[in-house]
Amino acid sequence: MIQFVADGIVNAALIALGAIGLSMTYNILRFANFAQGEILTTGAYMTLFLVTVMGAGIGSMGPIAFGWPLLISIAFAIGATSLVVLAVDWLLFRQLRDKTASRITLIMAAFGVSLMGRNLTTLIAGGEPYYYDFYIPKSVEIFTGVKVRPDDLAILAIAVIAFVILFAFVNRTSMGRQMRAVAENPTLARINGIDVRAVIRWTWIIGASLATVAGALLGHNTQLRPEMGFDMLLPMFAALILGGATNLYGTILGAVVIGLTEALAVAVGLSGYRAAVTFMVMISFLVVRPHGLLGEKE
Amino acid sequence: MPDTVLAVTDVVAGYNPSLPILRGISLDVREGEIVTVLGPNGAGKSTLIKAIAGLVGITEGTVRFGARDITGLETHTLIRAGVAYVPQTENVFARLSVEENLALGSLHNSDAYDAQRRRVLDLFPDLERLGHLAAGKLSGGQRQMVAVGRALMAAPTLLMVDEPSAGLSPKLAQVVFSQLVQVRDSGVTILMVEQNARAALQISDRGYVLAEGQEKVHGDAASLLTNPEVGELYLGSKARYVRA
Repeated sequence: MIQFVADGIVNAALIALGAIGLSMTYNILRFANFAQGEILTTGAYMTLFLVTVMGAGIGSMGPIAFGWPLLISIAFAIGATSLVVLAVDWLLFRQLRDKTASRITLIMAAFGVSLMGRNLTTLIAGGEPYYYDFYIPKSVEIFTGVKVRPDDLAILAIAVIAFVILFAFVNRTSMGRQMRAVAENPTLARINGIDVRAVIRWTWIIGASLATVAGALLGHNTQLRPEMGFDMLLPMFAALILGGATNLYGTILGAVVIGLTEALAVAVGLSGYRAAVTFMVMISFLVVRPHGLLGEKE
Repeated sequence: MPDTVLAVTDVVAGYNPSLPILRGISLDVREGEIVTVLGPNGAGKSTLIKAIAGLVGITEGTVRFGARDITGLETHTLIRAGVAYVPQTENVFARLSVEENLALGSLHNSDAYDAQRRRVLDLFPDLERLGHLAAGKLSGGQRQMVAVGRALMAAPTLLMVDEPSAGLSPKLAQVVFSQLVQVRDSGVTILMVEQNARAALQISDRGYVLAEGQEKVHGDAASLLTNPEVGELYLGSKARYVRA
């Protein structure tokens, strides 16, 4: 039974990496970004493109079935995906913000970007699945009856490193403070001399970076499909809401609950209903604690 | 006569251009002064300060800060020009610590952070021991100190304060007013909007009284304190605030 915890934690790490961007756009740009899944997909395909261009495969590190070539590809894909996301913001969301569009308009625009993104991915890459590599690593037993793949441990380590860097940035740097200030009170932030447009750019870049990492690692763990990000959207939203939408730590905690719940559903033979089980858990929890795990009462 | 720091000339402004709240306001603030803007609710006092800060659109008239025309300047660039603004409500970043609030105040003069922080803590010594606390956990008076302290971290030439005594007990309001005098004495010119007319005029050099978006009376603070017209304009009756 402990096996589901091991499976769930890796799942949670991928959900959390994607959901952080969702949380940041929700708090700083103040809308639910339904295109977050497509950012993840874009990151995964950008990584695939770079892996292909480099022609060195994805390498390996001891028992781990990926190495520096994949990590270097992810690093470049972060840059490329960030540029795409900034371009979409410049072309669409910034225009809407400047015209003081309502929140529902921004949400519908994001929904449109999501649809277009998926179709564009299918148009460019085709609908068939892709793989970074066909090598399937063997699981190792870490405790009695608990097996994990070395790759999963590596994915977990990458996620932890990403979160440490994220929180160091948000809590220890001037731009991080500015982001928290804008999230709390954008008008006071402007009065205080904060360039909200610069903060928004950083928000997109950080969200895109983490989503790229999530997309690439998810692609490595499973396969690349145009719908891979969209399929992650509901768990990511669930993590955001369950954690308390205003708190990044809460988003990670929410992702852990969602990841474990999904894995538990699979472990007890309800894999076909895991989305329903997850949402039942989320709704039950929110009835008791409507502002989420670490959210503030409004 | 001291130099004019701020000159507002015939300003028409409002949230909706077809329904201006300010209808041709002019005022000036000179170096080293505390100037108070008074008036009943809805007179346009806060709108005036927001228009200067770029938060409300100006459709006619000009705002000059020293020799520079700052009419319609983007809000976030104003503090770099030397104008700091403390809003009436939600004037601190409640989730951030006091120290983080102060650090945000010196975004554009981070080289002078230590010196400016020392200056602010000399003015508001209590902030030193409150530094690690979230600003949202503080009392109203302490929050006001954080808000003014953060504004001063930018080393502004002009500090605009919107109703600094709002929500405070009379005793605490007096403390805040005396702190504003200290701020002025430290070399910062102050433009203040206040409902508490008597207390505000007692620390001010000059005052303006607005009604329905227009200036009705202005003059030095001492004369306004004894001006019966001010009482009549203020809430439309003899104002208890103004009579000593």
